[in-house]
Amino acid sequence: MAATPRAPVRPALRPWLRAHWDVVALVALAAAPALVPALGGALGGQMTTLFISCILALGLNVMVGYTGLVHLGIAAFFGIGAYAAAILTVPMNPFQLGFAPAAVLATALCAGVGLALGAPTLRLRGDYLAIVTLGFGEVVKVMLRNLEQITGGMKGLNPVPPPGAGVTLGGIDLGRAFATDPRWFYYLSLAVLAAVVVALRRLERSRLGRAWVAVREDELAATAMGVSATRVKLSAFALSSAVAGLAGCLYAASLSTTADPNAYDFNRSIMVLCAVILGGLGSIPGTLLGVAILVGFDTVLAPWADAWIQEMRINPSGSSLLSFSGWRLAVFGTALVLVMRYRPEGLVPARREAAQVSEVRP
Amino acid sequence: MQFFLQQCLIGLTNGALVALVALGYTMVYGIIGLINFAHGDLIMLGACLALSLVGLLGLAGAGMAGTVAGVVFLVVACGTFCGLLNVAVDRFVYRPLRTAPKLAPLVSAIGVSFIFMNVGLFWIGPADRSFPDLLPAGNLLGDDGLRFAAKDLLVVAVVVPLMVLLSVLVRATPLGRAMRAVSQDQTAAMLVGIDVDRVIAATFFIGGFLGGAASVIYGLYINTIGFQMGFQNGLYAFTAAVLGGIGSIPGAVVGGLVIGLVRSLASAAVGERWTGAIVFTILIVILVFRPEGLLGRRTREKV
Repeated sequence: MAATPRAPVRPALRPWLRAHWDVVALVALAAAPALVPALGGALGGQMTTLFISCILALGLNVMVGYTGLVHLGIAAFFGIGAYAAAILTVPMNPFQLGFAPAAVLATALCAGVGLALGAPTLRLRGDYLAIVTLGFGEVVKVMLRNLEQITGGMKGLNPVPPPGAGVTLGGIDLGRAFATDPRWFYYLSLAVLAAVVVALRRLERSRLGRAWVAVREDELAATAMGVSATRVKLSAFALSSAVAGLAGCLYAASLSTTADPNAYDFNRSIMVLCAVILGGLGSIPGTLLGVAILVGFDTVLAPWADAWIQEMRINPSGSSLLSFSGWRLAVFGTALVLVMRYRPEGLVPARREAAQVSEVRP
Repeated sequence: MQFFLQQCLIGLTNGALVALVALGYTMVYGIIGLINFAHGDLIMLGACLALSLVGLLGLAGAGMAGTVAGVVFLVVACGTFCGLLNVAVDRFVYRPLRTAPKLAPLVSAIGVSFIFMNVGLFWIGPADRSFPDLLPAGNLLGDDGLRFAAKDLLVVAVVVPLMVLLSVLVRATPLGRAMRAVSQDQTAAMLVGIDVDRVIAATFFIGGFLGGAASVIYGLYINTIGFQMGFQNGLYAFTAAVLGGIGSIPGAVVGGLVIGLVRSLASAAVGERWTGAIVFTILIVILVFRPEGLLGRRTREKV
């Protein structure tokens, strides 16, 4: 490697990219709708869902990545956020708030629920806490399903009005714009995602962020240093729940429905957890990459591979053994197993984690 | 009163089944501290095998003796299958991760569970399949009075001996002693000459065997299997294991029975659709007041 002379620009490019990947990605994503016309159609909606999943995963990362608490029910908070926002905005209810106040209230509600669940249970040992969050997720799912007067049961709540319904700004009817052009939601969710990334990054380096990591690494030692482990964990729980709730609000608004309660079940919790662990616990770029891979697998790779198989006429009888979607679960499962086997610290490990691993294996 | 007793009986029978699955979770957790997410789906595969075997052997029309022999064969065959599969998964997936970060085996277990589900999907197809009803439906306790059919007897007749065998094995055999030693301290166990990997493999086999037996009973008792059945059943069984105190073998049995009772009483009292919420609410409340589970050991934080 070292022997081959290279153009002087190349070696400088990689560290520069590594340091500024965020700005590059943001600029590229912000410019994309102007360059890619498909973003005005279905692709725009898919990208919006991707950004929302990223926000959800970043929320989970606060608890699992920074603080080291296993959370198996993040989808419940995603659901509470979505339903709270929907209840506050749908025409059939008397509240009919705008999107922004509803989102603030729903996010606060999720933080409150997180606190209420965390306060009595956070002293539980790791795996017991995991099962409490799992159980809470199931309880929420059952409630969303059965409290039909409030949640609409299996039909969910709709129509959730778009942000800015009825507001006209500079001659543009915002509600209509959001409803008809997916690029509006694309930018809104991208902006929220960027804000969440910036906020979490500042938090990560703050006193609180360092306390999270300290508690994760050694709770007893952290307590001995005067860190209140309970308070630190509780703040992580509340923040995780709030960010997940915020993602839920965006989700309901972008789909203009809460969808049915199955959208907030254990499967989603597990997928988000897998994304965070796959990408690298406690690492913001890792989490984003993990989500992009998982969502990309389902919405881009699988349909593409199916179409390719169809085009090549490999599968004339239409057997599910010869379609890619038939193998979807197995491919995904194998990928999880292999990544954990060969890169247990994740694809883009957090710097601290990477330093530790390289200490052990020089 | 009669109705109440009947619900209790149903609950205990169901609970015995849950307990059998819960044992697989608790034994693996007790020995390597892993929540084996794939256990429920392992049982689903056992049920698939049982269904295929019932068809192959033509058990549906067999007489009394044939049915009893068939059920015993199914339990042994599916138990061995699930046990060996579990050992293979441990060997190739979990063993290389013994020193990895704690979440890595958990995610691998989720991955294995996806793979199993895919296998089940190809094996029995996407729709639920009905499992043939091999046992006579008549009430064993006479016509009026509590209802206790051959199916319920089957659950008791399989679960109780297995549990007695298991407790003898854990308490009174060299393997059981080695298992207890490894679960207390792996390094110390290694120092006194225990082959830790073999003990762990044996634990996976026993847990898998019990799961395989549970899958046969599940098929014969519930009569419907599907490739997604692993998740829901695994969830209840895992809850039972935690409720009893994860890592504790009697705890898993008690937890299973409690979960079974709560489920049947709750669905009689407020309706089937609220059962899940009630079970998990009770779980959360119990954990708040007894964080180590009903029969778990109180562990102290060590420096």
